[in-house]
Amino acid sequence: MSAVVVTRNLTKAYGDTAVVDRVSLSVHRGEVYGFLGPNGAGKTTTLRMLLGLIRPTSGDATVLGRRPGDPAALARVGSMIEGPAFYPYLSGHDNLAVMGRYAGVGTRTVQASLEAVDLASRGGDKVSTYSLGMKQRLGVAAALLKEPDVVVLDEPTNGLDPAGIREMRALIRRLGNSGRTVILSSHMLGEVQQVCDRVGVIASGRVVAENTVDELRGDSHVVLRATPSDVVTVTLAGLDVEALPAVDGHFELEIDEHRTGEAIRALVLAGVDIREVRRVDRQLEDVFFEVTEEAVSHD
Amino acid sequence: MTEVVDVTRAELFKTVRRPGVWTLLAVAVVLSQVFGYVIPYLSYAGGGTGPIEGASPEALLDSTLPDQIVGNALGGFPVFAGALALVLGALLFGSEYGWGTLKTLLTQRPGRVTVLAGQFIAMAVAVAIGVLVMFVLGAVSATAIALREDRARSWPAPVELLEGYGAGFAIMLMWATLGALLGVLLRNVALPIGLGVVWVLGVENLIAGVAGSVMTALQPLRDVLPGVNAGSLASAVMPARPPGIDAPPGVTTSVTDVRALLTVLCYVVVCVAVALWASRRRDVT
Repeated sequence: MSAVVVTRNLTKAYGDTAVVDRVSLSVHRGEVYGFLGPNGAGKTTTLRMLLGLIRPTSGDATVLGRRPGDPAALARVGSMIEGPAFYPYLSGHDNLAVMGRYAGVGTRTVQASLEAVDLASRGGDKVSTYSLGMKQRLGVAAALLKEPDVVVLDEPTNGLDPAGIREMRALIRRLGNSGRTVILSSHMLGEVQQVCDRVGVIASGRVVAENTVDELRGDSHVVLRATPSDVVTVTLAGLDVEALPAVDGHFELEIDEHRTGEAIRALVLAGVDIREVRRVDRQLEDVFFEVTEEAVSHD
Repeated sequence: MTEVVDVTRAELFKTVRRPGVWTLLAVAVVLSQVFGYVIPYLSYAGGGTGPIEGASPEALLDSTLPDQIVGNALGGFPVFAGALALVLGALLFGSEYGWGTLKTLLTQRPGRVTVLAGQFIAMAVAVAIGVLVMFVLGAVSATAIALREDRARSWPAPVELLEGYGAGFAIMLMWATLGALLGVLLRNVALPIGLGVVWVLGVENLIAGVAGSVMTALQPLRDVLPGVNAGSLASAVMPARPPGIDAPPGVTTSVTDVRALLTVLCYVVVCVAVALWASRRRDVT
């Protein structure tokens, strides 16, 4: 799979402080890539460097095989960085008309872009009368104007109500399904888990993990509620199954899915009274806190 | 080149829809009309006892007739209309930072030099149209007065009109590019406007006044100031004023004609070059 965005040791320092520290990542063609990190982790600065708005202190990056900010690359990249920014005295439609002229696509895609974010009915109103959520949607519409190959969206669900968030996530997924490459920065774990194929986790300016969402989440585990605890512990130890210490008869078992039946059979034969068995998937949130806390503790 | 045209078209699209631009043009036109025609004509109609005293009624009327169009249009350019042009430049360029729209523009396609070039061209077109409007409305008022008073409607020669228009455009473009440069350097609107207006209306007059009286050693400094050169260029193309009618504020003969023109053009070139340089090397945060 070819990479459309590649960074190698990309660094941005202000004085002695590196806000982005040797970031190396790659985004493949056609995937929805989540750029995940807490506020101030360096997500927006990295994205600004990819768009040529900020010059890196060191390291390099390519976007669609060209240096960041190259007009030929920008012509194929739609973006919304750190919130939408528009002319308040112009209507939503006219703002997009300005951006369309800048992009060299004129006004032919303005209406379709407004419809894509459900703003067509308010397109004639001045942006100064828009709510934050509407401005956010207009920002995404501006990113779609060029019918780009790559879409970069920085926290696109900020300011949206629950229905708007759901629609935005569906839109992002649709963009991914249509073959576009989407880079989505977010600090919302559920959002990234729902819409992204792969994730790069950034903390304190450094990428601390990069993988598919499934790989990052790793294996699921089994929650078992059973008594007596000592028999459970001994029986599982005999099967070489790791069981986290029981609290009030609750166990967490690290066990492959195909061995679950074997373990339950052994427990029943050992006279264990089983009240609950369920498999729990690990959430991205758990992984996120693990890797970011590790990164902070290594500082 | 196509990209510069695209940017220029987009900027003109924005400019004609911006209420602040029309407000500035309206203020410039009203001030030009009031000081160039309304006050002199009321003074004439009042038998020389109106707002302007000391000039004969005939001279007051002569100062409003068509042959004085260039003088009346350019009269305000070195000071008040210049200040308004400076505000226009600061408004057009500084607000891209204030609204954060620069990052939106710079991520569309054109490079920074192309964007800035298109913006400067659009601003120059806006200034050219503004100056033209002031000339045309001045001609309308002068013609109306000549018809009403049954006076000769002798127009300046076409070459004098063109020289006057060209000089007016150069002066206003200089002020606008100074405002634009301040907007780019300070990444703001309010501060460039404040500093620029204080400079145009206060500091320049102070330096020019002091250099012409108690500290003549400051004359070399005075002679490179934008306002002094704008006033000298205006003076170079203005017709002789009727007897007893003073030259408008800021219109001076401190600098020779050619030097004034070259200095004004130098200001335009240097302001554009510095803005391009700053824009290319800075991060957009």
